[in-house]
Amino acid sequence: MKRREFIATSLATASLSSTARAQSAPIRIGLMAPLTGVAAAGGREIVDGFTMYWAEANNMAGGRKVEILIEDDASNPDTALQKARRLVEQTKVDFLAGNLLANTGLAVANYVKGNGVPYFIPVIAANDLTQRARIKNVIRVGGYAASQFSPPLADWALKQGYRRVAMIAQDYTFGHEQCGGFAQAFTEGGGTVIGQFWHPLNTADYSPYLGQVASLKPDVVFAMETGADSTRLVQQYASFGLKGRIPLLGAQNTIDQSVIRTMGPECEGIISAAHFAEGADLPATQAFVKAYGARYDNKIPSLYGFTHYIGAMWIAKAINAINGKVEDRDLFLDTVMKTDLPDSPLGKPVRLDAYGNPVYDVFIRRVMRNKDGKYVNAPIGSYPQVSQFWKYDPETFMRQPPYSREFQGIKKA
Amino acid sequence: MSLFSLLNGLTFAALLFIVASGFTLIFGLLRIVNLAHGALYLFGGLVGYSAAAATGSFLAGIAAGMGAAALLGVALDRGLLRFVRGFELRQVLLTLGVAFVLNDLALVIWGGDTLTVPMPEALQGAMEIGPVFYPKYRLFVLGLGIFVFAGLWFLLHRTRLGALIRAGVDDPETIEAMGVDIRRVFLGTFMLGAALAGLGGVIGGAFLTLYPSADSEILVFSLAVVIIGGRGSLVGAGVGALLVGLLNSFGQVLFPELAYFAIFGPMALLLAFRPLGLFGKAA
Amino acid sequence: MKRAALWILVAALVLLVLPQVLPGYQVSIATQILIFGVLAMSIDVLAGFAGRTPLCHGAIFGTAAYVVLYWTTVAGGGIFTGVALGVLAATALAAVFALLAIRTSGVYFLLLTLALGMIVWGVCLRWTGVTGGENGIRGLGRPEMVADHVTFYYVTLGVVAPVTLLMWRFVHSPFGLTLRGIRDSETRMRSLGYNVPLHLFLAFLASGFFAGIAGALYAIFNDYVSPSTVQLTQSVAGLLMAITGGIGTLLGAFVGAGAIILLENTVSAFTARWPIVLGITFIVIMIFAPEGIVGRIRLLRARMRRVSSP
Repeated sequence: MKRREFIATSLATASLSSTARAQSAPIRIGLMAPLTGVAAAGGREIVDGFTMYWAEANNMAGGRKVEILIEDDASNPDTALQKARRLVEQTKVDFLAGNLLANTGLAVANYVKGNGVPYFIPVIAANDLTQRARIKNVIRVGGYAASQFSPPLADWALKQGYRRVAMIAQDYTFGHEQCGGFAQAFTEGGGTVIGQFWHPLNTADYSPYLGQVASLKPDVVFAMETGADSTRLVQQYASFGLKGRIPLLGAQNTIDQSVIRTMGPECEGIISAAHFAEGADLPATQAFVKAYGARYDNKIPSLYGFTHYIGAMWIAKAINAINGKVEDRDLFLDTVMKTDLPDSPLGKPVRLDAYGNPVYDVFIRRVMRNKDGKYVNAPIGSYPQVSQFWKYDPETFMRQPPYSREFQGIKKA
Repeated sequence: MSLFSLLNGLTFAALLFIVASGFTLIFGLLRIVNLAHGALYLFGGLVGYSAAAATGSFLAGIAAGMGAAALLGVALDRGLLRFVRGFELRQVLLTLGVAFVLNDLALVIWGGDTLTVPMPEALQGAMEIGPVFYPKYRLFVLGLGIFVFAGLWFLLHRTRLGALIRAGVDDPETIEAMGVDIRRVFLGTFMLGAALAGLGGVIGGAFLTLYPSADSEILVFSLAVVIIGGRGSLVGAGVGALLVGLLNSFGQVLFPELAYFAIFGPMALLLAFRPLGLFGKAA
Repeated sequence: MKRAALWILVAALVLLVLPQVLPGYQVSIATQILIFGVLAMSIDVLAGFAGRTPLCHGAIFGTAAYVVLYWTTVAGGGIFTGVALGVLAATALAAVFALLAIRTSGVYFLLLTLALGMIVWGVCLRWTGVTGGENGIRGLGRPEMVADHVTFYYVTLGVVAPVTLLMWRFVHSPFGLTLRGIRDSETRMRSLGYNVPLHLFLAFLASGFFAGIAGALYAIFNDYVSPSTVQLTQSVAGLLMAITGGIGTLLGAFVGAGAIILLENTVSAFTARWPIVLGITFIVIMIFAPEGIVGRIRLLRARMRRVSSP
């Protein structure tokens, strides 16, 4: 054998054996969640839901072992960035998933934009990540775009005969986008927005806003809140005597299981729209709810646990389809985009649109007691195949400005 | 509308007064800016929540919350602060460390869900006051705030302990020269101040809810109250609480964009020109 | 004097070689230590040399970061102008704070600066149109020339080294000596005819300028800014670093920043209970070593010298 040939062959063998080694080494997933700070309760459920799926799958996918490396983002974007760097550059994970607060997700998305590491965001809802400022390697498996579920809710409200809506919402992008989706669909369908009240996050006292809402005498109120703000709004809505007088509609997060879990009758009867309803009678949903409760001391799964469970399911199915070759990022991302889930706990098939956001059958849900006396969101209606663009053409939709305080898509009468 | 905002401001002020009066007592007598005061509020509130949920009694919740906060206060004073007695800044920063520990501990124990102290049946619902419909519980908070003010005033001006505390605020050396064990007075004050934080936690936890970071929010409001009112002054805490409560309520309606400015802007200006606050005396 | 020169040489060598031996992520940690070292030094200028402990430097630091990112993304400007404007904004903010705060001292100074910092935080959170509110401002990516960690480290070092020298000269100048005189006895300095408020004002200004430099570097480093960068915790973290290193030692700031950042990185790998660890660290330092690491070493050395030389 000539010397040059020898070198060439031995190099080939070396590279072959190193790919072979990469193929047999475990797949490393970096999961980030707020385990301390404001969003810690939801963060716990992110970890619970995500790891529950992998435990059921014996921590295997595509013939390879799966390792999950969990980092606390401390509900703080600066920390999230540092942890993302650590996971990618030091721990050398194959891809990232998780985060709860929009700002942590946006910071991490900005980081992976530069290095192409796949990043899956079942909770981060910021519209632009799957619309105008789409990043190819950021995919919202299991999650929803902020303004995806509020248009069907607006449509439902119009069908009930409500014509004048007042809106209370947290004053940041997530609030602007959910309200924008509602306001646009509601006004285009003939309704009027008679008032929008934006308040800062962590508003202890809703009395100033509720007073103004009551004096407007709307047909219906739409509230977009998260975390402790949701609890307070729903409680104060009842204690100021508005419950029962003016029907209350909520964004999915306003009345999520994580919120109503600690509440009493004040949450009963609130209507929202979402892809998941923990009180749905579907066998697949109930099997999941039961398994989740059995694993995590009788907790009913919330949005955070659920979305990360099906997010993990989505990723796993794609990894199986490519026999574990997650190192080939383009192939991996393309496969995730093409993967659909016929048999998730949603009980209905779901797929991703061309922008990396799922298309769902959306439930209209009402808070009621289940047979154990616990409060759950149960379906009272549904809208098939709702995408993040509602009934608009994607290109046309993205030509209008992003929803903000100034632009709510309100149609002039 | 304006009566409504006025009531909102007053009821919030009552809660702020309960919390801030404890803060100002400790600050006045012991010269300690207790930055763990918010953590005592949260911890007391959470203990009160558990007790009230377990026994079904709101009063038991209040007792447990105040007791737990007072015990933590003793532990803080006897266990940690005595090592740094006399060093103002070291005391402040030490209490900041304690606040970190207590908050995270609360997260470990109660899990970080948003919790609401169950309020008694009689205080649920709303009642009509003239043209407005107003929650009974908030009116109860307003009454309680006035009651606490009266109680503290009586304690400070009509009892021997109160006389010692007041004298201690102005001149601790003389008290000691009179043969009084000032340490015991210090400890009693610290317990009382901490218990007031715990009381605030239970009361506030029933209408503002308890959640991670509730501590720093109430702490910042209390700081504003005490800075405006002046160190160690009960009347100052009352006036400060009213100002902050009303500024907060009307500020959110009139200029929601500048809600923070409405409270901290006037406070910063006041402090720049009257560094000791409205009713503060030079040490 | 020769000993000091030797130490500086060793430190410089270590800092230069560091990125060649450390893996990429650790280099980014080293960069972070340098940046926060400057923040902690800027706090030390006030706390250690002027005797005024501030709790607003997170706000000053963060303001610079906001301006840099706003200028380079929304306004579409260049990075150098952005940095210059950021530092300028930080200094201007410090001037306003100084005007309001220098009349106070001790705990009142601490509380007033805390409140001023809260206002800035509130503005960043609520002035959505400019600051992006809760979601903050995302940059367009680090400039190409400093995209990788090693280059960025050297650039940071290239900025931090002269800045450190400048600060060292500043606190050891006659002006710095006057500041220390004010710290030890304000009344004496006043009776000696010094303009105390003016000195404190200028010290605050200088401190804000340096905090602004740190903030501008941090903006480029993270390529992202949000209200959590200006919040109280940031001011507390900076102060803790200054104290851990040793108040009034200036260079101790780097030791403090290194200790806290490395501690955070190690601890968080084992437990999610980082706030408890941080809190306990704070308590222990306040009780047992209020003079900080560098201060403690100096004390021990002084004691040993006294023992060895009769």
